[in-house]
Amino acid sequence: MALLEVSGLDVHYGGIHALKGVTFSVEQGQVVTLIGANGAGKTTTLRAISGLVKPSKGSVTFKGRTITGMPAHQIVALGLAHAPEGRGIFANLTVDENLQMGAYLRRDPAGVAKDTRHALELFPRIAERLHQNAGTLSGGEQQMLAIARALVAKPTLLLLDEPSLGLAPQIVQLIFKIVRSIAAEGTTILLVEQNAHQALNVAHTAHVLEVGTLVTSGPAAELARDDKIRKAYLGVH
Amino acid sequence: MTTFLQTLVNSIGLGSLYALTALGYTLVYGVLRFINFAHSDVFTVGAWASFTLASAFGWAATGSPWFAMPLVLLLAMAVCAALGIAIEFLAYRPLRKAPRLNVLITAIGVSLFLQNVGQLKWVFGTQPQPMPPLLEDSSLAEVAGVQIRVIDVVVVVLTVFLLMLLEFLIYRTRLGRAMRAVSFDEKVASLMGINVNRIITLTFGIGSALAAAGGLFYALKYTGLKQPADATWVLLGLKAFVAAVVGGIGNVRGAVAGALLIAFVEMFGAQYLSPHMRDLYVFVILIAVLMFKPSGLFGKAVVEKV
Repeated sequence: MALLEVSGLDVHYGGIHALKGVTFSVEQGQVVTLIGANGAGKTTTLRAISGLVKPSKGSVTFKGRTITGMPAHQIVALGLAHAPEGRGIFANLTVDENLQMGAYLRRDPAGVAKDTRHALELFPRIAERLHQNAGTLSGGEQQMLAIARALVAKPTLLLLDEPSLGLAPQIVQLIFKIVRSIAAEGTTILLVEQNAHQALNVAHTAHVLEVGTLVTSGPAAELARDDKIRKAYLGVH
Repeated sequence: MTTFLQTLVNSIGLGSLYALTALGYTLVYGVLRFINFAHSDVFTVGAWASFTLASAFGWAATGSPWFAMPLVLLLAMAVCAALGIAIEFLAYRPLRKAPRLNVLITAIGVSLFLQNVGQLKWVFGTQPQPMPPLLEDSSLAEVAGVQIRVIDVVVVVLTVFLLMLLEFLIYRTRLGRAMRAVSFDEKVASLMGINVNRIITLTFGIGSALAAAGGLFYALKYTGLKQPADATWVLLGLKAFVAAVVGGIGNVRGAVAGALLIAFVEMFGAQYLSPHMRDLYVFVILIAVLMFKPSGLFGKAVVEKV
């Protein structure tokens, strides 16, 4: 059984039918990416998985448990961390306090200290700014903090929503390098990206979303060679 | 000079009462972004519950033992915390996804409800009552001709203690971090594993308990308790609300500073300008702050997140 199974997921926002029967699964240890244009439903899919929006139909199973309709804070407790769209940094808290929020549910101070140290090794720029208000960080640093904060939760499954959004190319390179090393350490990742080039590079499996429906799925390397995908999402003509 | 110093001492006493109540407005605004207009009635219940408890223990006539005041304080805080939590659960929680205006109107409804229930004869009744003297009302010392009364010292010391406790809670504990996180972004807070509803419940409990302390201290200072629906209570609540706005609504330290400022303006205005217009000065300050620094003295202008 896969770590995460999404089946027949429908989400409505008022009159808008944002997701239509989305079905896919994420195997333990894999990096799976959802790519697609703006408004295709990538973020909505993540929000439906982590409990921020209630699906109108379908089910989500995590570690064999049905989590559809469960409140977000209970889903987190099962070992799922979601670094949301727009980074979701608490700008009124210090960088250090933001990291502590990531470990909110953990009761093992020694383990938290160890994972915090490790997260800070991945992002030395964050380590230099621990006592600064998180609102004063640059966009790239905020993204690093968002990922570091999710890692401190020691998740089995990490949901990453557009980690490259609005960042300079160099920072994007850095972020993806770290995503790769997090995956190498055994954390399963579900990555949502508009930057299809980077996403297909790092992922094992990829799904393409178009206006709320999964249109193509397959090994990431294969999709990267697919002519239609190359034209639509990789800017190759 | 003596008059000046006496007014200063009185202002600090009054300011601490306003601060205890202003914090309830500001804490609730911090997590739910709405003004809990029923908060002034929780303050009233705090004063009246203190009266009822003190009378029930029979301390009215006999003169009270040393533990009378702390005991009444703790019980009144517990009563009001329970009341605040019940109000949130019954009246505001069902409206969590409703437009903010609906919640605001509901708050006014809760306020009227409490005022009317308070007047029932098996609750507090419609008659003014004298608060039993739980503290000796005597002068502790006279410094440069200024009377320092026991009650003022006790009130200020306890207020400072409660404020330090609150400050510690908010800035130094896991619960406080969660409260600040919820105040900034409820959705992301829930992604950290925070049970947002539980934090909101706690916030109402804390704010209401502080209002109870304010109510008791007020009753001890101004011993003739007006009946629960009297305009005096509403006006007191309004002034505490003004204090919270002047200090920057949602800002804990700002609420305390705003409360002291309001009290200073009110007392000095009454002493040196005209005692008949003391309420006016408070609202002039409100208008001035709203005109020149609408986010309040300590509030930050809200920057849209990118």
